[in-house]
Amino acid sequence: MSAVAEAVSTDKTDIAVSVNDVTKIYPGGVEALNDMTIQFPKGELTSLLGPSGCGKTTLLKIIAGLLEPTSGSVTVNGKNVTGPGKERAFVFQDFALMPWASVLRNAAFGLELQGVAKSERHAIAEKYIDAVGLKGYENLYPHELSGGMRQRVGLARALAVNAEVLLMDEPFSAVDEQTRRKFQEDLLTVVDDEQKTFIFVTHSIEEAVYVSQSIALLLPRPSRVSEIIRPDIRRDISPDAIRRDPVYLDIVERIWKGLRTYVE
Amino acid sequence: MKLFGIKIPMMASLIMWAIIWEVVGRLELSILLPPFSNIVMRLFEIVPTATFFSAFWITAKCFIIGTGIAILIGIPMGVLMGRSIVFDRMMLPWVNMFLSAPLTALVPVLMTLFGFGTKTIILTTVLFAVWIIVLDARAGVKNITPSLVEMTKSFQANFWQAFTKVYVWAALPEILAGIRLGAIRSVKGVIIGQLLVSVVGFGRLFELYSSNFLMEHMWALLFVLFFFAFLIAEGLGVLERKFEYYAASRN
Repeated sequence: MSAVAEAVSTDKTDIAVSVNDVTKIYPGGVEALNDMTIQFPKGELTSLLGPSGCGKTTLLKIIAGLLEPTSGSVTVNGKNVTGPGKERAFVFQDFALMPWASVLRNAAFGLELQGVAKSERHAIAEKYIDAVGLKGYENLYPHELSGGMRQRVGLARALAVNAEVLLMDEPFSAVDEQTRRKFQEDLLTVVDDEQKTFIFVTHSIEEAVYVSQSIALLLPRPSRVSEIIRPDIRRDISPDAIRRDPVYLDIVERIWKGLRTYVE
Repeated sequence: MKLFGIKIPMMASLIMWAIIWEVVGRLELSILLPPFSNIVMRLFEIVPTATFFSAFWITAKCFIIGTGIAILIGIPMGVLMGRSIVFDRMMLPWVNMFLSAPLTALVPVLMTLFGFGTKTIILTTVLFAVWIIVLDARAGVKNITPSLVEMTKSFQANFWQAFTKVYVWAALPEILAGIRLGAIRSVKGVIIGQLLVSVVGFGRLFELYSSNFLMEHMWALLFVLFFFAFLIAEGLGVLERKFEYYAASRN
């Protein structure tokens, strides 16, 4: 609980998303979240890290407004969440692209639903397709892309609606290892460029330490925030140097020690 | 297919059956089975006539209108049933009942209500085709990847947008399969409707030929109908295969 208090102690205006006493019981009695309280600072990438069954995806979907909490509340910029909203965008684990639409239309789809004119939304989408490194692929279809490229389209779609909060549900878990590393590096650039709040669900310790400003370590049975870790690793060195940095490796080790009892 | 090392073309079996038919026909065993060559000659004789053309036109019109109505009702109904549990519970028993019901028995009822004209035939066609279209569209919508539904919600699509921009497209492989099966049933519907009404279109021709024992005419007409039914089913099958990559890339 001290870690939670620490997060709360930062200035109230710096909190983008605040989860207050959220409990989620699925029909059938499975308790996914129990009285969870956690705050997400503005402009940072916070990872929700934990073993499977700790409710991290459930928490993310409640923040997204895709699931309703059984009790408790979520506020985004001080406003209560009652459903999906313009200020939040979601990046899906399995990409959730429309196979019948081109990369350009997929990336512009959020704007299309908002009723933005075609030329305008295509211009915005092209900008973000470029930003995620897919320039030249605008007219291809999802089945012509690799998994990593599909997820880049998913990210471009979420960025294009210019939401303040980006919710990413294990975005790299369906992507192969080499592509994932490159994608993690590119994500850091996007986080720096966009000044948005990212909430990032992952089950990979290395990934969480590498990409996040802070990591909320969730533990299952009962589901709770056990610790908030700020991996203050050096960002001014090359990605490969970071992965060999003793500080980085120590944090990975420390988190692993905390989690291993739940895996065995 | 290969037989004794010789490659046999696809339609060879049809030629063989035609020869058997011809031989049996020439034996004059029954008035019901005239020689095949006579039927083919009769086919070329009746197809260019005005009577045949007007019958064909009425059938085509009833088929297109009937199938069109079935599609326009079936797809939205199926999508709604796939998305709304309440609507599904309300409609599913009826759809299943009508799908397996002997609809031919309903045609006389339609005749008393709508008369002996194209209206009854079109309605029969709709009744034959619509249920399978509903069920397939429903199955398609139920098969949509959950994350695609969540994506639609999270980007705040309203009901109409979700329906026209995502659900119908995501269910397209099943919807097309439904339309193909529906069209095949439509062909049955349009012919059965005409046979029972029997004063318009091919129904009148069948009535005319059979009551006068014109078996060659009768068979010629049947060949034409079988050929068109086959053509419709195959044509829609080709269209369906074009969209097959959808189904494969959905998951």
